[in-house]
Amino acid sequence: MEDKKSNHINRQEAIISIRGLYKSFGDLHVLRDVDLDVYKGENLVVLGRSGTGKSVLIKIIAGLLKPDAGIVTVLGQDVAQLSTKELDQLRLKVGFSFQNSALYDSMTIRENLEFPLVRNVRNLSRQEIDRAVEEALEDVGLGQTINQMPSELSGGQRKRIGIARTLILKPEIMLYDEPTAGLDPITSIDINNLINEVQEKHHSTSIVITHDLTCAKMVGNRIAMLLDGRFERQGTFEEVFESDDERVQAFYNYNFVT
Amino acid sequence: MDTNHVKTGEAEPRKYVISRRLDRLFMEMNDVFRFIVRFFREVFVPPYEFKEIVKQCYEVGVQSLPLISLTGFITGIVFTNQSRPSLSEFGAVSWLPALIAIAIVRALAPLVTALIAAGRVGSNMGAELGSMKVTEQIDAMEVSATNPYKFLVVSRVLATTFMIPTLTLYTMFVALMGAFINVNTNEQTSFVSYIEQVFSAITFLDVFASVIKAFVFGFTIGMVGCYKGYNSSKGTEGVGKAANASVVTSMFLVFIEELLSLQIVNAIRSM
Repeated sequence: MEDKKSNHINRQEAIISIRGLYKSFGDLHVLRDVDLDVYKGENLVVLGRSGTGKSVLIKIIAGLLKPDAGIVTVLGQDVAQLSTKELDQLRLKVGFSFQNSALYDSMTIRENLEFPLVRNVRNLSRQEIDRAVEEALEDVGLGQTINQMPSELSGGQRKRIGIARTLILKPEIMLYDEPTAGLDPITSIDINNLINEVQEKHHSTSIVITHDLTCAKMVGNRIAMLLDGRFERQGTFEEVFESDDERVQAFYNYNFVT
Repeated sequence: MDTNHVKTGEAEPRKYVISRRLDRLFMEMNDVFRFIVRFFREVFVPPYEFKEIVKQCYEVGVQSLPLISLTGFITGIVFTNQSRPSLSEFGAVSWLPALIAIAIVRALAPLVTALIAAGRVGSNMGAELGSMKVTEQIDAMEVSATNPYKFLVVSRVLATTFMIPTLTLYTMFVALMGAFINVNTNEQTSFVSYIEQVFSAITFLDVFASVIKAFVFGFTIGMVGCYKGYNSSKGTEGVGKAANASVVTSMFLVFIEELLSLQIVNAIRSM
């Protein structure tokens, strides 16, 4: 699986490094002593059951949640130690695709895509903004939707536009939260192909949160499986699922047998 | 940070200073205080969201005009009609324009405007921001390196703070016109005579106090609507609760502020 997509991966350079991460909500301890490295150019898939803290993990990486303990280093910077301004600078290099797309529903698709651009890249002419928006829409194959409202789009189209909005700032890291959740199998495959295209074209590093094994198999250079708040299994898809661990097998069987 | 309880998997013992409900109340008061302080900290610091402020001013001001016009006009007519019998008992119907002017300028116009705005604008803000929170649109702004508080809250609170006084002045005008139609129909009072009586009854302090009061009402409605929406719990139920709480809380606070302002203005008058 690795050979076809691993040309740009630099195993010596960890873009994201997590050490001893803890996160709990009240009495619910979601992440317990999590260690993880994500290398430059790779697509890392984080697998796990619902409620195991997969989304919490990437929200901590993006600085949306604060860890209880532990160190999260993104592009060499300790996220918890950054000032608001420094965190904003870091966020320009980190794209976040939300589970429900999180498109601004009071804005057109053009305004949605312009939003991060006009606020963070100063002195852009109208033509440059238009060109960037059109280019981002072409990347996801939805140039014709530019003047539509998010409510007029299908679930798959909304996912694509959400990805386009993050791509417009040309981030070095992409964080995908359940990119195929709620989509039919064909649209899911389209989204998986898009994630691979983004990696190929922009040489970006990605973390893909999912519980969809087809998605994991299609996009992941490496899989990390979150079990009981820790990454118990890491490796290629085959390495992870050759385990005798009942929890791992139950996960595999549920996806491919039911 | 002590993480022993996390590492061992033991449940952290529940600790309340007074009781769970009182602790929650004080924690919420602390949250509200910090939310308001944040507004004053961010309102003067660039970047300024002028485009969004203008958009919100249009939403709050221009979009409210039809409803404000109708309610203001009807308030003027109804209040005049209801006041007439009492005055006629004392043979003082000629004082009707003066009585109406004082009632409208001092109390009715700011109160009617604020209540209409609390219902229309406050609920809208609570629901809109609540829905944005639930669908992660606020998080999406944050990861786009945009300050969602500044973009969403500051712009909306500024819009209500400046538009509600403007709408109050407009309500005064519309309600006085409604009252004039009623007075003119019943007592055949001329427009010039009516205006003369109105302006001889009200003072600069009356108008000034009402406008200041309307600024406070506007700030309250904007702040409550944004606070409830911005801090709504997850789920569609949370959105509904945020919209409902925005209206109820802001109406309650408007009446409290009305009472306080009455005491303050009376104290100033008696000086």
